[in-house]
Amino acid sequence: MRLKLVPAETSVDFFKITKATFGASILAMIASIILFFTMGLNYGIDFRGGTTIRTDSTQVVDVAAYRAVLETLELGDISVIEIKDPLRDDLNATQIRFETQEGEEAASVDTVKAVKDALLGIDPNMTFPQTESIGPEVSGELVKSAVIAVLAAVSAVLFYIWLRFEWQFSVGAVAALVHDIVLTIGIFSLLQIKFDLAIIAALLTIVGYSLNDTVVVFDRVRENLRKYKKKLLKDVLNQSINETLSRTVMTSITTLIALISLFVLGGDVIRGFVFAMIWGVIVGTYSSVFVASAILLRLDVKRDWDKTNDGKAGTQFAGIDA
Amino acid sequence: MLQFSLSKKLLIWGVVLLGFLFALPNGFYSRVEQVNDARAAIEAGQSSEELTVKAADWPSFLPASLVNLGLDLRGGAHLLAEVQVEQVYTARMDSYWPVVRDALREERETIGTIRRADGPDSELRVRISNPENIARAVEVVRGLATPVVSLSGAGANDIDVSSAGDTVIVQLSEAERLATNTRTMDQSLEIIRRRVDEAGTREPTIQRQGEDRILIQVPGVGSAEELKEIIGKTAKLTFHAVEGRTQDAATRVTSRQFLAPSIDEPGVYYALKKTPVISGEHLVDAQPSFDQNNSPAVSFRLNPTGGRIFGEYTANNIGRPFAIVLDNEVVSAPTIQSHIPGGSGIITGNFTVESTTLLSIQLRAGALPAELIYLQEQTVGPDLGQDSIDAGKRACIVAFIAVLVFMVLSYGLFGLFANIALIVNVALIFALLSIIGATLTLPGIAGIVLTIGMAVDANVLVFERIREELKKAKSPVRAIELGYERAFSAIIDANITTLIAAFILLAFGSGPVRGFSITLGLGIITSVFTAIWVTRLLISIWMRSKNPKTIEV
Repeated sequence: MRLKLVPAETSVDFFKITKATFGASILAMIASIILFFTMGLNYGIDFRGGTTIRTDSTQVVDVAAYRAVLETLELGDISVIEIKDPLRDDLNATQIRFETQEGEEAASVDTVKAVKDALLGIDPNMTFPQTESIGPEVSGELVKSAVIAVLAAVSAVLFYIWLRFEWQFSVGAVAALVHDIVLTIGIFSLLQIKFDLAIIAALLTIVGYSLNDTVVVFDRVRENLRKYKKKLLKDVLNQSINETLSRTVMTSITTLIALISLFVLGGDVIRGFVFAMIWGVIVGTYSSVFVASAILLRLDVKRDWDKTNDGKAGTQFAGIDA
Repeated sequence: MLQFSLSKKLLIWGVVLLGFLFALPNGFYSRVEQVNDARAAIEAGQSSEELTVKAADWPSFLPASLVNLGLDLRGGAHLLAEVQVEQVYTARMDSYWPVVRDALREERETIGTIRRADGPDSELRVRISNPENIARAVEVVRGLATPVVSLSGAGANDIDVSSAGDTVIVQLSEAERLATNTRTMDQSLEIIRRRVDEAGTREPTIQRQGEDRILIQVPGVGSAEELKEIIGKTAKLTFHAVEGRTQDAATRVTSRQFLAPSIDEPGVYYALKKTPVISGEHLVDAQPSFDQNNSPAVSFRLNPTGGRIFGEYTANNIGRPFAIVLDNEVVSAPTIQSHIPGGSGIITGNFTVESTTLLSIQLRAGALPAELIYLQEQTVGPDLGQDSIDAGKRACIVAFIAVLVFMVLSYGLFGLFANIALIVNVALIFALLSIIGATLTLPGIAGIVLTIGMAVDANVLVFERIREELKKAKSPVRAIELGYERAFSAIIDANITTLIAAFILLAFGSGPVRGFSITLGLGIITSVFTAIWVTRLLISIWMRSKNPKTIEV
């Protein structure tokens, strides 16, 4: 007996509700952009510079008390966030962040010591398992290289798709990608999860995953376009999505299984990072069907592949008779 | 497609076997780590009963490379420092002044009197009293230039000389600056390495990054602050003649003197002769010790040349004070009581035992050529690192088991084949990480977990395709062959796109991002290998032995 999440034969019309899904996607994107400009991203020190100190106490954390002692040090903008882990009741940890001080790059030994001493006044047994400090010079470079990395990855992948498929596929893939990235930034603004360098890595993985999904669907579209030269594009797309639906669901689920176990058990340090990826898998799977393919349908695609594309990559199976 | 030549079979099994062999040491991490430490110690010339026993704890025919654990997993300190290379230009220009002065003095007839004018630190400006002959002055100074000795700067001179009105402007040429930067960076790296090594920490990473930066990562050090103290200051030690003592920081001194604050007596300044009697280069040893009052002090020994200079100076200046200056601050200014022969002495001051230990390490390692500014620092406590490893392990195991069960439920026997491939896949990732000496970070573990989820993708693509082909009433063998054949282009396209993303992350990313991209990239390569070759070989073996009439995927 097999576990079958998707019936062996499906014939869902994915484009019946295009208007609704397009509308929903556009609304979600607009909402994300508004959230980004109103609430903004909760940038980590990787991007804004400053210092974070993780505290670990044996006593229950009193955020207000921590804040009160730190404010006497006049370090400018301070944030104290309690770190919660549902699996660890005994965890009394916080993350303290303060700005780069005037005339310093990374925080000086004295500043860090002053903060630690002030906190030790609350709980003499407090430990500081992690301290990180980044000067404005480096954080500026990190922002720059992160933006370059995302843009370079997106354009390299698009170039590859353009090479292997047709430009319409490339546009569809871009749209899906932009959709995924915008929605991810939106959810990070909404939930105010710390946005740091690791999240950029997660974003790029989302790029990879979303494209992976899109490419698998497109690959089948390409194959079916050659096979059914007379069929309507809409029907070919629908058939391709239905044929790959089982695979799409299987892969998304195995990936989600892995990610969710990491989210629950992987500890608080990488939870934000894993959250971004879970979100990306869900949104990426949705967008490969409802954004990438739907746009491909709008743009229409030239059908006489074999005539012009002979000898080009991707045609190796064109001659195979099924 | 289901036929494998013998050589191909051997190749596949060989890779799998090597994968397990090279992944194996990571299963016995702390044991192999101790063995490696012991072997390294023996190689370095140490020998003891204990070391020999330890080194034999892991069979020597087995590979012993381990995956390096990143700071976030092992705990330790990370610093990114910028070397203030311009300080060296300033020092060079200062030392150039006497040369330029002497050369121009010989031309006093034509260019008149000369004096050094103020200007930016990296320039030497000389004003002459006969501006109409400025061209001659420039020519004379240019004559002092020497060719730069370097591979890239062939044919270039070490200084650029120009003029503005009555002023000759001398500065280091571009080629000389580059050569100087390289030298400064090499020296700084070497000295930091010596200081960190002397403090006895294990496996520090000290690398040059970019033009003028140094990355220092030391596992096991308590905090970045501690590491900063070890690397410490420039530790430039000089002895100067004292020419005055004042409470006023604004005291004007002659151009041959400079004003240095005292470390122990707040508000006291010494006017010192600029040219030092002796500088740190003559130092051969420094050790923490105690003075006659039993307070901590640093004893030092000079080389023969330094000893002779120091001996002569002390003999000629009995009864006069001299200053021991560290990084332009006066540590102490004792009066010379008697002639000090032999070139050894003791530095007293307001020290603690810890500070004398650090100071003697820094003095032994030599002075840094320029100051360091710390741009980035990070400390991770070992407990937090261990927590992260434990959490990562748990998540890996749970993810692994869940995916295994899910695959068997969905694809039956074929799911089992995919699972074997998945286990091989994880072994191969660890083997590759160990072989290339990559560093595993927390995001790297996330990359592995993600790979576990995504690695089955290639197999899922194939199995789904086989199912489709079976529906078209193909024979099992034909269906499997077609399944592999037709899924191939999707597998390649899908994985290349992810691989491109991983490569770009590796190229542009830094720190945690790189760790993640390495495991992700390796995971993609190994998963394609295991999906295309390993499962297919397993299926082929099964088909041959059972030769089933029908198959269920």
